[in-house]
Parts: sequence; C-alpha cells; structure tokens
Amino acid sequence: MKNKFAKIAMASTLVAGILAGCGAKESSGGGASDKIKIGVNLELSGNVASYGESLEKGIDLATDEINANGGIDGKEIKLIKVDNKSDSAEAANAAIKLTSKDQVTAIIGAATSGNTVAQAQIADNTKTVVLTPSGTSPSVTVGKDGKVNEFVFRTSYIDPFQGTVAANFAANDLKVKNAAIYADSGSDYSKGLAASFKETFEAAGGSVVSEEAYVGKDTDFRATLTRIKSKNPEFVFIPGYYEEVGLIIKQARELGLNVPFMGADGWDSPTLVELAGADALNNTYITNHYSSEDPDKKIQEFVTKFKDKNKGAAPNAFNALGYDTVYLLADAIKRAGSTDSTKIKDELAKTTDLSLVTGVVSIDKNHHPIKSAIVLEYKDGKQVFFTKVNP
Amino acid sequence: MEWLQQIINGISLGSIYALIALGYTMVYGIIKLINFAHGDVFMVGAFVGFYAITGFGLGFFPALILSMVICAIFGVLIERIAYKPLRNATRIAALITAIGMSLLIEYGVIYVRGAQPEAYPNVLPNTTINVFGAQISSQSLFILGISVALMIILQFIVHKTKIGKAMRAVSHDMDAARLMGINVDNTISATFAIGSGLAGAAGVIFGVYYTKIEPLMGVIPGLKAFVAAVLGGIGIIPGAMVGGLLLGVIESIVSAAGFSLWRDAAAFVILILILIFRPSGIFGKNTREKV
Repeated sequence: MKNKFAKIAMASTLVAGILAGCGAKESSGGGASDKIKIGVNLELSGNVASYGESLEKGIDLATDEINANGGIDGKEIKLIKVDNKSDSAEAANAAIKLTSKDQVTAIIGAATSGNTVAQAQIADNTKTVVLTPSGTSPSVTVGKDGKVNEFVFRTSYIDPFQGTVAANFAANDLKVKNAAIYADSGSDYSKGLAASFKETFEAAGGSVVSEEAYVGKDTDFRATLTRIKSKNPEFVFIPGYYEEVGLIIKQARELGLNVPFMGADGWDSPTLVELAGADALNNTYITNHYSSEDPDKKIQEFVTKFKDKNKGAAPNAFNALGYDTVYLLADAIKRAGSTDSTKIKDELAKTTDLSLVTGVVSIDKNHHPIKSAIVLEYKDGKQVFFTKVNP
Repeated sequence: MEWLQQIINGISLGSIYALIALGYTMVYGIIKLINFAHGDVFMVGAFVGFYAITGFGLGFFPALILSMVICAIFGVLIERIAYKPLRNATRIAALITAIGMSLLIEYGVIYVRGAQPEAYPNVLPNTTINVFGAQISSQSLFILGISVALMIILQFIVHKTKIGKAMRAVSHDMDAARLMGINVDNTISATFAIGSGLAGAAGVIFGVYYTKIEPLMGVIPGLKAFVAAVLGGIGIIPGAMVGGLLLGVIESIVSAAGFSLWRDAAAFVILILILIFRPSGIFGKNTREKV
C-alpha cells in the first residue's frame, strides 16, 4: 500500500511539474525579456558530425552578426546548443530538454532528415518551431498521411527539386531534346529525383528516350549502358550516389557514350573522382545548394566574412545553410513582433522572396522552400561553378 | 552493333566468373566440399593486388603474381586449419564451416581496414578499339587474354604434370589413390593452392576492370561463380569455364533486353532450372572427368 501511495505522489508531482512548465512557457512568451532563446540541436558528434559542425559555424557567424547589429527588435539572440550525437533518440531527448527545461522560442536542427523527423511530434506537442537547415527529405515537413507538420520548416530545398533543376538546366542551358534516366531502384532519393526530372523535362518539350535502373552495390553496368547508348540520348541523368555513379561514368565513357551526364548532391564526394577518373568526369554536371565561387555579391560578402572568422577556410554548403537558417528565423520573429511560437510559425509560412546566401527563398504550402540551385561542372576532377538555375 | 557489344560485355564479365568458378569446381571435384570461403579469397586477392600496386609501386604483372602466391598460401592455410580436421566429418559440418570461414574473412578484413571502398589505381593503358561499331576497351581484351592463358596453364597442369595426375586420381577414388602411394593431404592442399591462386588473379583483374573494391565484394561474384560451376557441371574443369562465360553472356542479354533489375535473379533461376532438369550440368555425367 505504501508503494501505491508513493506512486500516486510521484505521478501527481510529475503532472504538476508539466502543468507548471506550460504555465511558465506562456508567461515567458508574453513577457518582455531582453533575450530570445533559440535551441540548437545538432549532430556535433557521431557519424555525421561533419554536417553538424559545419552548420554550427554558419549559425554562430549569423548570430554574432545579428547581435552586433542590435539583435531582433533590440533583443539579443541567445543560442542554447545540444549535441544529439547523430542519433534520432538523442535528437528527440534534446528537443524535450530544449522545450521543457530551457523553454526556447524555436529550435534549429537537426542536420539530417531522420533526426529532424524525430523531433516533429515534440514540436507539435509543445508548439515550438523546429527549423532544419539541411534535412532534404520531403517527409520532414509532410507526414505519411500527407498532412503538413505545422511547426516544422526547412531552409534547404527538397530532394526532388534537384531533379526539376537538372531538367530545366538540360532543356534551357544545354538545349538537349532527348534524355535518358538511369536511377538507383533501391533508393527513394534517386527515384524521387528521376520522377521530378522526367516530369519537368517533358513539360519543357523534351522526351525521355530511355529509363533504366540499377541496384545499389552493382559493379557491372556495361550491358545497360550499351542499351542506353543504342537509344542515342543527348543527355543522361543519373540521380545516384557516388559509389555506383563513379563506376557508371567510367564504364559509359569506355563504351563511347560521351554525352553530358548529370546528377545531384549524391555525387558530391572525392571518391567519385577516384572511381571514375578525372578524364571521364569531364562534361558532367551536378546540382548543389550553393557554391563559394558564385560571383553573386551577397555570396562573396558572406565568403569574406566567413573566411575572416575561420582562418581563411572557404564556406561549404552546410556553413551557408546554417547561416541562412538563422536569418530565415530572425526574419520571421521580426515580422511576428513577438516570441510567441504560433505567430512565428505563421510568419515563417508566409516568407516570400527573402534574399539569403543560398538563394531567394519563398516557403510554399508544404513548407518547402522555393529557391535557386547551383549547377557545378567537373573540370579535370575539380568542381567549377557553372550557372545558377532559378526554380 | 548493339548485340555484338553486348556479347563482348558478357564475355568480359564471364571470364571473371569463370576464373572464380574454376576454384569452386576443383575443390568440389576433389573433396566434395562447396568452399563458400572461395569468394572471399577472391576479395583478399583484390586487396593484396591493391596494396602491392599503391603501397609498393608494383606494376600489373608483379602485383598479379604476388596476389596469386599470397592467395595460394592463404587457401592452403584455410584448408589445413578449417577443413582438414573435418575431413571425415559429415559433409554438412564441412559446409557450415565453409560458411563460417567466409564470414570470418569478410569481417576480419572489415575489422582490419574498415568497410569503405577503395578505388583501384589505373595500371593498364586503356584505349578503345572500334570493331564493326562495337567499342572494345583494350583493357577488356587484355583481361580476356590473361584469363584464357591462366585456363590453358591450368589444363596443362591437370593433364600433363604429376601433381595433376595425382589430383585426378584422388578425385576418382581417394582410398585407392592412397593405396597407390599418393600423398592425399598434399594433393588436396595443392588443389586449394591452385584454386585460390586463380581466385587471387580474378581479384586483381576484377579490381583493374571494375575499379571499386570493398570487403564484401566477393559475396555476389562468389555465388555467381558457384552457379557457373553448377551450370557447367560441378567438378568438371572445362564445365566451369564454359559455365562462367555462358552466365556472363546470359546476364548481359537479360540487361540488354531491358530487364536489368532481373539480372541477378536470372543467374539463380538458371541454377534452379539446372538443378531440376540437368543436375549434372551441361557437360553431363557420362563424359565426366573430375578433379
């Protein structure tokens, strides 16, 4: 019996604690404190730590800048950082800590789609905005039932958008009329890109003459490539990952398939150059979020500021996305005129034509940013800025 | 000229299957064991060649020979440590040991160097030759040439040398061979050495031809080579060669017909059909010559 009493006592304390927590949140939301607390929930250790660390540098740079310029409506931004160890359970725990103990206005993070999805339920329950800088899977903001996660937003474009960009690039910049698609049948990423490429390319008046697929971990692609070659495409879209793409390009060039090839950020690894060889990679293109070689004035200003702060290192796409995320959030908080999460959420969803480093951003009804992408060309094994493609 | 190109693609792929299949078939012929670790010896061969080329700066042929020698020794070690103590055990015990050995080698290599893939350095000149509209890379011709040369050497060893005669004798009747004064243990070890050496050569050739090597690369080619060995008639050396080449060409044709996702399935459908309709393989029972 004693035990039972203890349990009831404990349960009631917990309930009281939660209730108190809610109350406190409301009062802090309405009250006039001089600092805006923003949680940062990133992969600072674990297997994708390089993403988290890069984002952190961009976030720090943007926060320092905003605070140095008088903050948001006179209020300074205070970052509260938590390491989620590249693990989705830890990411959820971090979100619980940030929302209950620290009572942050919004959370920036996580770097990957999976670790962001892990926070979606908590975001909804506690009505706290979660903004991922680099989660590119469509499932982050739109649940399986097709319902939009009201409090979850992202700064990066979604995966299939890269297929759209590649199709526009092929049709308008390279002016090709027919294309082949060679996708990884085991990857949603690859299939999503292939589908959006086909849709956009055909809408632009092109025709897809050959659609083939491979299975991940394959090593011999010659037979399928020979089949593709016999259809005489002027352009081949391969939305895969670098391990297979490297071999595909090498074997395609050996078979004399010398048309331009294009892929997406899945190609972006030094291993690609090792596998395919620098020669075979000539006349291939990839889409990416941003390039530090982009001559755009806003980008060059950012590159200079970033180099000053980071010992001359040129910012990568993650640095830029981290930087932009803070500005995207700051813009919404400013327009909301308060730290009330529901108002911030509404303003974020209304974002239109906000000029950021990674492009001019508008948020659509599925919380997917509409923004430009960069096309890079491989020249002798090096990525060179080629052009910017608007949506 | 698409079809000519596809046949050439298939023969290049098939010659690698054939080299691995030879090792399967020789070991099966002599001790009736399906050596599942064989595909992993192939992987070890690829890595030995890789480190010989990048670490010691060896050329293609020295690396190929070094890899064959190390794999031959490795094969004998596997046989002596894992299979010899089980020579009189049930066949299923030996088979399970072979599977265990396979996993041990795969994950041993991952433990030592990690699971990330490695890109083979370009050690062979590669130009493309145009024959009747088909593009043949000089590399694939070269590789085909080496495979054929190795198979001819193997035929010579099996039919013209004393150890070859001993191998054929042991495969016909182990006890009778022992009574005739043949050292059965050494003969079995020699079989493992030759089979593993061929797998090592296949590993280096695979690395040069396909560029990417990784610790689990032996699994699928190993299984395909097993299918090739059964297709030709397991235990029969010419059967393994023909089976390997045939399987390579069949896979290319399946992909060429637009069923590239069914390519791997096709190999195993062939295995099932062969086991149902002609369990002794193409080269049949009557003309059987075991090694």
